[in-house]
Amino acid sequence: MRTSTHLTLGAGLLLLFGSIAQAADYVIDTKGAHAFIQFHIKHLGYSWLVGRFNRFDGEFSYDEANPQTAKVAVTIDTTSIDSNHAERDKHLRDEDFLEVDKFPEARFVSTSYRDLGEGKGELVGEFTLRGITRPITIAVTQIGAGDDPWGGYRRGFEGRASFALADFGIKRDLGPASKEVHLWLGVEGIRK
Amino acid sequence: MLWRNTVNGYGLIQILMHWTMAAMIAVLLPLGLWMTSLDYYDPWYRKGPDLHRAIGVLLGLLLALRLVARLIQTRPRALTRPGWETRMAGAAHFLLYALPLAMVVSGYLISTADGRPVEVFGWFELPATLYGIEGQEDIAGDIHFALAMLLLGVVALHALAALRHHLILKDPTLRRMLAPQPHPSD
Repeated sequence: MRTSTHLTLGAGLLLLFGSIAQAADYVIDTKGAHAFIQFHIKHLGYSWLVGRFNRFDGEFSYDEANPQTAKVAVTIDTTSIDSNHAERDKHLRDEDFLEVDKFPEARFVSTSYRDLGEGKGELVGEFTLRGITRPITIAVTQIGAGDDPWGGYRRGFEGRASFALADFGIKRDLGPASKEVHLWLGVEGIRK
Repeated sequence: MLWRNTVNGYGLIQILMHWTMAAMIAVLLPLGLWMTSLDYYDPWYRKGPDLHRAIGVLLGLLLALRLVARLIQTRPRALTRPGWETRMAGAAHFLLYALPLAMVVSGYLISTADGRPVEVFGWFELPATLYGIEGQEDIAGDIHFALAMLLLGVVALHALAALRHHLILKDPTLRRMLAPQPHPSD
């Protein structure tokens, strides 16, 4: 009986330490471009226009046993906006939209994470764009986690969020169907 | 014939090229400022830039022809008095070739920054050559705008100087750019 108690205790400790070992900090793999910040907005209400930010960096921490402690911080280089059309990108960088001369950085810093089970959650944070900081909520889905083939450990999520352009001081009128921009985030982190 | 330049005045070729270029610049400068201020739903939001790009390319071609014409033809005698006026006129004329040329190039570099060609009235396309440089459209855009402001200044000076010759100095400087001068007029 003693043996089995020890075994149970041992297994319990293993589980505990095992899950503590899961609580880890991750660097978002922008270096290897396994992370993406895409945006899409309706064009005239007839189709989607898709673009992305090519340069950003960030970190997150995630504990499988305590997902509600998850934290994320990402900094985006707004000059790196890329909608696959130089003349449009030039316009997106000027005063009508991102005004990158004045606001070269956008930032997201999480404030809370609510685990909804089955790898889903709701990440709330302060988003700063054009110098305006407002809370946004990102619907998060964990895609997977595990060892990578090169000796590291990776964990990846996707996220969806949307906000009104006007909320961040973008006054340019693109039409009634194009007041909201949607973000799609694909984030892969490498455990530190 | 009056097609070619003489020592005393400009030939028809030179006169036509001068005023065609002047007309193009007179359209391009305000069009460039106006088209970038339009609302997204304005019918000219796309037509304006299309026209601006097309006229810009044609201006570049005309400018190339004009430089050739200048090189192979007699240059009429300057009617300015020696000294600072001649030097000013020389500098202004240099800028009136150099600035439009640099504007055509910088404008072309904005529109072709992603490798897309520039379309000229659907007649032909000018392919991209230099593209994909980090921030190309922004840098070229800033240069294009600064040169436009500078050109506006030089054009104003050029026009005022021509009027001064005509109205105050009463010499044929302006007249000889309006019509070929068959006889020595001074």
